[in-house]
Amino acid sequence: MADAVLRLNDVRRLFDVSAPWLARILSGTGPRMLKAVDGVTFEIARGETFALVGESGCGKSTVARLVVGLYEPSSGSIEIDGTDIASLKTRKAQAPVRRRVQMVFQDPYASLNPRWRVKDIIAEPIRTHGLIRGEAAIRARVDELLRQVSLTPADGDKYPHAFSGGQRQRISIARALASEPEFLVLDEPTSALDVSVQAQILNLMKDLQRRLGLTYLFISHNLAVIYHVSDKVGVMYLGRLVEVAAKADLFARPQHPYTRLLLDTVPDLAMTGRERVAVRGEVPNPIDPPSGCAFHPRCPFANERCKTERPSLLAAGGNMVACHAVQEGRLPPWGGAA
Amino acid sequence: MKPLLELRHIRIELPTRRGTLLAVDDVSFTIGEGEVLGVVGESGAGKSITAAAIIGLLEPPLRLAGGEILLDGARIDNLPPDAFRRIRGKQIGAIFQDPLTSLNPLYTIGRQLVETIRTHLPLGDKAATARAVELLQEVGIPGAAERFNAYPHQFSGGMRQRVVIALALAANPRLIVADEPTTALDVSTQAQIIALLKRLCRDHGTAVMLVTHDMGVIAETADRVAVMYAGRVAEIGPVRQVVKHPQHPYTVGLMGSIPSIGDTLERLPQIDGAMPRLGSIPPGCAFNPRCPKVMERCRVDRPDLLKAHATEAACWLHASISPGEAARG
Amino acid sequence: MAVDVRAGVVRRAWDTDLAYSFRNSPVAVISAIVTLVLILGSLFAPWVAPHNPFDLSTISLIDAFDPPQWIEGGSPDFPLGTDEQGRDVLSAILFGGRISLGVGLFSTIFAVVLGVTAGLIAGWRGGVIDAFIMRVADVQLSFPAILVALLIDGIVRSTLPHDEQDQIAMLVLVGSIGLSGWVQFARLVRGSTLVERNKEYVQAARVIGVHPIRIVVTHVLPNVLTPVLVVATIYFAFAIITEATLSFLGVGVPPTEPSLGTLIRVGNGYLFSGEWWITVFPAVTLAALVLSVNLLGDWVRDALNPRLQ
Ligand SMILES: Nc1ncnc2c1ncn2[C@@H]1O[C@H](COP(=O)(O)OP(=O)(O)OP(=O)(O)O)[C@@H](O)[C@H]1O
Ligand SMILES: Nc1ncnc2c1ncn2[C@@H]1O[C@H](COP(=O)(O)OP(=O)(O)OP(=O)(O)O)[C@@H](O)[C@H]1O
Ligand code: SF4
Ligand code: SF4
Ligand SMILES: [Mg+2]
Ligand SMILES: [Mg+2]
Repeated sequence: MADAVLRLNDVRRLFDVSAPWLARILSGTGPRMLKAVDGVTFEIARGETFALVGESGCGKSTVARLVVGLYEPSSGSIEIDGTDIASLKTRKAQAPVRRRVQMVFQDPYASLNPRWRVKDIIAEPIRTHGLIRGEAAIRARVDELLRQVSLTPADGDKYPHAFSGGQRQRISIARALASEPEFLVLDEPTSALDVSVQAQILNLMKDLQRRLGLTYLFISHNLAVIYHVSDKVGVMYLGRLVEVAAKADLFARPQHPYTRLLLDTVPDLAMTGRERVAVRGEVPNPIDPPSGCAFHPRCPFANERCKTERPSLLAAGGNMVACHAVQEGRLPPWGGAA
Repeated sequence: MKPLLELRHIRIELPTRRGTLLAVDDVSFTIGEGEVLGVVGESGAGKSITAAAIIGLLEPPLRLAGGEILLDGARIDNLPPDAFRRIRGKQIGAIFQDPLTSLNPLYTIGRQLVETIRTHLPLGDKAATARAVELLQEVGIPGAAERFNAYPHQFSGGMRQRVVIALALAANPRLIVADEPTTALDVSTQAQIIALLKRLCRDHGTAVMLVTHDMGVIAETADRVAVMYAGRVAEIGPVRQVVKHPQHPYTVGLMGSIPSIGDTLERLPQIDGAMPRLGSIPPGCAFNPRCPKVMERCRVDRPDLLKAHATEAACWLHASISPGEAARG
Repeated sequence: MAVDVRAGVVRRAWDTDLAYSFRNSPVAVISAIVTLVLILGSLFAPWVAPHNPFDLSTISLIDAFDPPQWIEGGSPDFPLGTDEQGRDVLSAILFGGRISLGVGLFSTIFAVVLGVTAGLIAGWRGGVIDAFIMRVADVQLSFPAILVALLIDGIVRSTLPHDEQDQIAMLVLVGSIGLSGWVQFARLVRGSTLVERNKEYVQAARVIGVHPIRIVVTHVLPNVLTPVLVVATIYFAFAIITEATLSFLGVGVPPTEPSLGTLIRVGNGYLFSGEWWITVFPAVTLAALVLSVNLLGDWVRDALNPRLQ
C-alpha cells in the first residue's frame, strides 16, 4: 500500500534489566534483557484508526513510544510517510518528520507542566518549530486550537490545576494539534477518565479526525472503546502481535485463542447473566517468556508443537493470526462471547 | 433483609478559608447482609470520602459534621478512635485501589497476614498460620503454602490485590468496604477479583460496599447501586433497574455514554459540561446546568430522593408521577 | 492606571494561599520582622549607625570599655557600650551584620547554583555522569563543612602572598562555604529531576521536539526549585554561622573589618573580666538572625507542602 502513514518492520525493543555491573560479577549472572516489543510488523493507512489492545505489560506503550521517537528500536525499522526514521541522522533532520507525529498521554494530571499557563503549553510546539511568527498571531492560533477542543480562549490564561481531568485531556489534544500533525498516537487517552467524560473525548477525537483528516494509533485495554473508535485492531500478547484484523472481523470472528479469551472477559453490561470466564494462570514474566507460542501455558488448545515452535503471523479467514491451531484448522469456530 | 450498615443523613464538611464546603451532603443508604451495594459516579462526587467515613479514616481537614452511621443497629461514628480501630479489621474490612498502600514492603505476605489474624482473633501462632494459608488459598493464590514467605514485590499487581483482600478478610468481617479494588488491574485479573468478591458474599453472607466508576463491574457484581453526583445520591435502586431503566437524567446520560461492543453509533451520546466543583455547586438541583429536562423549579428547590418506579431518584421529574406513568425503556 | 495595576497585584498577592498562611502564623510574622529589621539595619548601616567603627579618626581609646548606656558609667553616645578600642558596639554590630549577611547570601547563591546545576545534570543524564557526580558528592559529604572551608582557606593562604590575603578574604569565605554546601542541593535536585524526567509533560516536550537543554531549563528546573528554596533559607542561616565559626577560629575576615563572628571572638576574651556586652550583644544578634531565618525557612517549607495545607 502506497499511502501508509506509518509502517513498522519487524521492530524489536529490548530493555536491559540486569543487576548492576558489580552485583552481576559477584553473583555470576549474565545480563538480562526484557523483550518489551519482539518483532512487530504493521502499517496504518492514511485517515485510519489502528487500535492496539492487550493486557497490562504486553508492550503497547512501548510501541507508542517507539513510534513517536521516545525510544529507539533495538532492531527493525519505522517508516513515517515512507521515510525510514533511522536514515535521518540528526535531530534537525528528523524534526520535520517527527513534528507530524504527535502523542496524547494517558495521565491528564502528569502530562501538563503545572507551572505553565495553558496558552504557553499549547504554544510550545508552535514556538519550537517556528510555525507562526509574532506573539499576536501565535495567540490567535492558540485561541483557535482551544475552540477546536471545546474550550474557550479565556481558559488560556489559567494554569492546569484549574481544570478537571477531561478538560486537561482536551488541552493535551490541543497541544498535539498545534504542530499540525497528520498522525496522533493516543496511549490510553481516556482510561483515567469517567465514562461520561470519556464519551466527550472520544467524540472530540472522531470530530477532529473527520475535520482534519488525522490518522490515529489508539491504545486501550477497553475492548468496547476500541470497538467504538477503530477501523483495524492489533492484539498484542507479550511483545508480539497475535492477531491483526479489521474491526468487524475481529469482533465477529476472532481467531486467536487469546483474542477469544479477551472477548470473553469483557464486563457484561447488558447483564445477560453470563459469568465471565476467569483466565487460567498468571501473566507470564516478559524477562523469561515461555518457549514456542508465549501463550501456551494459558491456552486451552496448546499441544506439543506450541511448546517448541513459535507461530508466525499468517493470513487466516481474512485476519492475520499467529497460532498453530488456527493454521492446522483444529480450532472450533467462534460461538460468540457466551 | 435486615440492614447491616445504615447511613443516615451523612454530611462531610471541608473547612477552607473561603468558608466551609459540603463535600458530602445528606447521604443515606443501607446495605443488608450478603448484599453488594455498588457506588458509582463521576470523579470527585464524594464516593471515596463516604467510604472513608464508614471505616473511620476520614482524612483531616475533612470531618463528619452530621448524621449517623450504624453497624448492626449500633452507632459507630461517635466511637473513640481506639474502639473504632477494633471494629475496623474485625467487623469491617477495607480494600483500597493501590494494594501497595496496604502492604508493608519490608515484611513477608505471611507475616503480615498472621499478625493481622492474631490482632483480631484469639489464635495461637500455629493456628493463625494455618488460617493465613487457608485465606491465601481462598483468594486464589496458586501454591499458597510456598508463596507464604514471599515479599509483596515478588507478586504481580493482581496477586497483591488478592493478598490485600485476604488481609481484609482475615477476621471474617461482616462488611467489606472496597474503594476501586480493580481499577489498577487489567481485565482478566479484574474478572478473578470480582468472582472472588461475589463468592464471599454468597458463602459468608458478607456485605460489600463496592466503589468504582466501572459500570461493567457494577452490572456484574452489585445487587443494588447508588449513583452519586456532586456529594449527593442522585439515584439508588436495584442494579438491573438502574442500568436498564435509569430514572434520573444524570444516570440516563451516564448509561448512554458507555460504549458497547456491537453498537453502530457514530458518536456516543454525551452529557455536555462538567460536574461543578465543590465551591460552585448551583442552588436547586446540582445537575440543573447540564440537565436536558431542566424545569423552573430545578433552579430553586433541591430535590430529595423520590420514589421513581423501581428506583429512587433525586429529581423533580418524579415529584408528581403516578405509578405506572411515563415508564422509560 | 499604573496605580490601579499595582493595587491589583498587591490585592492578588494578599489573597494568595501563601499570604494567608503567612498572616495566620505569628512565628512567621515575627521572624520576618526580625529578619527584615536586621537586614535593613545592616544594609543602611552607614546611615543608621551612630558611628563608623572603621573610621579610625572617630575612635578614641578614652571611650574604651564603656558599658551600655543604662548601666552606671554608660553614655548615650554608645547605646550598647564600646569595645576595647573604644568602638561603638551597636555600630560594629550593624556594620558586622553587613559582612555576615553578605557572606551568607553570596555563599548560599554559590552553593545553590553549583548544586542545582550538578543535580540537574546528574539526574537528567543518568548513567556514568550521574555516578561520577554523586560519588564526588559522597566523598565531600564525609568531610564536615568547616573542614572543607579550613582546607580551602589553608590552600589559598599558602599559595598567595600575605598582603593579598586580606583583600580576597571575603571571596575565600564565600567560595569555601559555598563549595562545602553544594552537595545537599545537588542530591535534592537530582532526586526530583529523576522523578520529573519521567513525568509525561517532559516526555511530551521531547515528542514535540524541544531541545533537551531547553527542556531541562524551562520544564524541569521550575518544578524542582521549590524544595531548593526551602533548603536555601536554612542553608543561609547555616552559612552565617559557618562564617562566624571560621571568623571565630581566625581564618575569616580580618579583625579590622569585623563580621559578627569576629566581634564575638574578640569580645570573648573580655567576657570574664566583666565587659560582657562586647561579646553578648553580637552573639544575641547572630542568634536572633539565624533563628528567625531558620524559622522562616521552616514556615516556607510547611506553607509550600501541599500535604500540610
Ligand atoms: N524503560 C523501561 N525499562 C525496563 N523495562 C521496561 C521499560 N519500559 C517498559 N518496560 C517493560 O516492558 C514491558 C512492556 O511495557 P509497556 O509499558 O509497553 O506495557 P503496556 O502494554 O503499555 O502496559 P500497560 O497497559 O500497563 O500500560 C513491561 O514488562 C515493562 O515492565
Ligand atoms: N483530603 C482532602 N482534602 C480536601 N478535599 C478533599 C480531600 N479528599 C477529597 N476531597 C474533595 O472531596 C470531594 C470528593 O472526593 P472523593 O475522593 O470522595 O471523590 P470520588 O467520588 O471518590 O472521586 P474519584 O472517582 O476521583 O475517586 C472532591 O471534590 C475532593 O476534591
Ligand atoms: S499456537 Fe498453540 S498455544 Fe499458541 S495460541 Fe495457538 S493453539 Fe494456543
Ligand atoms: S431535578 Fe430538574 S435539573 Fe435536576 S435532574 Fe431532575 S429535571 Fe434535571
Ligand atoms: Mg501502557
Ligand atoms: Mg475515589
